[in-house]
Amino acid sequence: MASSVISSSPFLCKSAQQKDLGFPKPSQISVHRCQKRAISRKIVSVMAPQRSSSATGSVKTGMTMTEKILAKAAEKSQVVPGDNIWVNVDVLMTHDVCGPGAFGIFKREFGEKAKVWDPEKIVVIPDHYIFTADKRANRNVDIMREHCREQNIKYFYDITDLGDFRANPDYKGVCHVALAQEGHCRPGEVLLGTDSHTCTAGAFGQFATGIGNTDAGFVLGTGKILLKVVPPTMRFILDGEMPSYLQAKDLILQIIGEISVAGATYKTMEFSGTTIESLTMEERMTLCNMVVEAGGKNGVIPPDATTFNYVENRTSVPFEPVYSDGNASFIADYRFDVSKLEPVVAKPHSPDNRALARECKDVKIDRVYIGSCTGGKTEDFMAAAKLFHAAGKQVKVPTFLVPATQKVWMDVYALPVPGAGGKTCAQIFKEAGCDTPTSPSCGACLGGPADTYARLNEPQVCVSTTNRNFPGRMGHKEGQIYLASPYTAAASALTGHVTDPREFLQ
Amino acid sequence: MAASSLQSLNPTFSQTLASPNTSPSFRSPFLRFNSSFTPKPLSTRSSSSLIARSAAEPQERKTFHGLCYVVGDNIDTDQIIPAEFLTLVPSNPDEYEKLGSYALIGLPASYKDRFVQPGEMKTKYSIIIGGENFGCGSSREHAPVCLGAAGAKAVVAQSYARIFFRNSVATGEVYPLDSEVRVCDECKTGDVATVELREGDSVLINHTTGKEYKLKPIGDAGPVIDAGGIFAYARKAGMIPSAAAA
Repeated sequence: MASSVISSSPFLCKSAQQKDLGFPKPSQISVHRCQKRAISRKIVSVMAPQRSSSATGSVKTGMTMTEKILAKAAEKSQVVPGDNIWVNVDVLMTHDVCGPGAFGIFKREFGEKAKVWDPEKIVVIPDHYIFTADKRANRNVDIMREHCREQNIKYFYDITDLGDFRANPDYKGVCHVALAQEGHCRPGEVLLGTDSHTCTAGAFGQFATGIGNTDAGFVLGTGKILLKVVPPTMRFILDGEMPSYLQAKDLILQIIGEISVAGATYKTMEFSGTTIESLTMEERMTLCNMVVEAGGKNGVIPPDATTFNYVENRTSVPFEPVYSDGNASFIADYRFDVSKLEPVVAKPHSPDNRALARECKDVKIDRVYIGSCTGGKTEDFMAAAKLFHAAGKQVKVPTFLVPATQKVWMDVYALPVPGAGGKTCAQIFKEAGCDTPTSPSCGACLGGPADTYARLNEPQVCVSTTNRNFPGRMGHKEGQIYLASPYTAAASALTGHVTDPREFLQ
Repeated sequence: MAASSLQSLNPTFSQTLASPNTSPSFRSPFLRFNSSFTPKPLSTRSSSSLIARSAAEPQERKTFHGLCYVVGDNIDTDQIIPAEFLTLVPSNPDEYEKLGSYALIGLPASYKDRFVQPGEMKTKYSIIIGGENFGCGSSREHAPVCLGAAGAKAVVAQSYARIFFRNSVATGEVYPLDSEVRVCDECKTGDVATVELREGDSVLINHTTGKEYKLKPIGDAGPVIDAGGIFAYARKAGMIPSAAAA
């Protein structure tokens, strides 16, 4: 039990007022969506958890964000950690790898002529093994096309022309980034996906987690997930100004290094604090993306103006944000003064094998990979480009760039990088000698079929902005993967060794 | 009666339903609530809301006997089934078998004994002994599926990653059992062992070393695996109808 309970309202800190962060401007909030946005502006400092007598039966205690979201989805007024409940699902996502299996189970269990519970709540996003000659991989996308046609699935981001991704108007790319970009992530909702990094969407203040094919098959037929155990919440309060050389990837690697790959098993990881409030949505997504690497069930960040701006620009579906109560119980409290943190990496072969980037400067590397749901978003490429531009040098090792989605690819080619005199990421990457940004997909983050672009086919050392570095993750079993932020990856590309980005950014 | 309104929502559904009891309103015709059914947790963790077993469950012992295969800590899903094999669809019978042949092929070369011999489809090891955080990493259901397809019956580990545990239970492919000590340090690949699942005290008996280890009770996950996974279980309990005729 946490020894001190502080309201995790994002609006409480003095520094938040100084920076004018977080308070939603009334003009931005449509009245019809406003139902639960009356957030208390009272600043609560340290408060002991209110204890009620349990002698008379049900105890109305405060709930965490996750507990509230699940309670609402289970149509209950209250849940506590450990409860087993039926939960209504708002969105189910699947992709080319698990979709065929999930639908196969759905048909086997509910009948060949069965219809899905709601064809508008299922989002099918081919992204894993797309640009490959592997026949089974290609077949799996065809299988999903058939299912979507038959079931009238509204959101199917299809690809038919593998030779030119741009010839496919519907194709998006990496599912977790596409879900956000297409407005499927909304505060207060329950989002499930047949992929462990579904937890990424927790950045939007919703309950989002990964499930297997069988669970997904069940949801396809019923719209409910059976028996979700309500997880207790670990709270991570990150305060302080984010140093210019630090990114969200450094924060999450720091945390995973602290609590280990099983430190959050069966638990929720809730992130709050002034640093969190200062993060963009993409940075928040990076943070929540790796919650699963600590074993976490889900990650959440309290939604605020940053969230609402992002979401409201992409969907008109109404939503109801929720926040942890002031008297909610947290199973653990971790506090970080972010201004004191340094760039870190996760050394082979575990995401919790944390080390300071500067202490790994003697590690010679063979290649750099910038991509994936973790580190292949627009801002990730902007960051890498910014460092390359500041350095004005050429990379010393092959540097592979894999934009997560079509939109990211277009941003890389179209958006000017701040402070670079109008140059785009693509121009800067070319000048630095990087490989040409490739077709958007999950790419080599998880190895994939043998002909996957940038796959680790030899026992080489790779610095990567991806999320896992267990043996064989990117292909070769003896490959050595150093997980890092885009800044660290770019810096390392320039020196041919694992490199702290402060060598080039200050 | 809810059945008629549900039927109007989905005309393909033709079975009669018991009206929902205490359940929340729902649209799917595939759910029905039996007044005697209460949901069971999918975790061996004890919880204050644990619910009594239904009368339909067999109170039998289950025994697995065979060779052990010992691995270490943090065996992630990429080691259990490397991503390149995920193009195989587990619900397809031929591909299910193929998945089994690749089980644990991702383990580093330091594991001299392979779980499945090259050229074989099945394993000779029925019991996998693991350390902490077995099955961490991806949510790919191919992981417990390939172990079951290969012929493994049970995993005895110190702890599990939650998605792997849940997928094992949902599919009914392998029994995920918790040991109380680090059995992976005391057993060797090739040891002959028996796993006995009982109401109170499940055990792992290593016949080669002569040692016996208490296992944490399988708890309420047992009936789900016994029934053959979550769908079979939900049917047994009357939660969803039998697969509708085509």
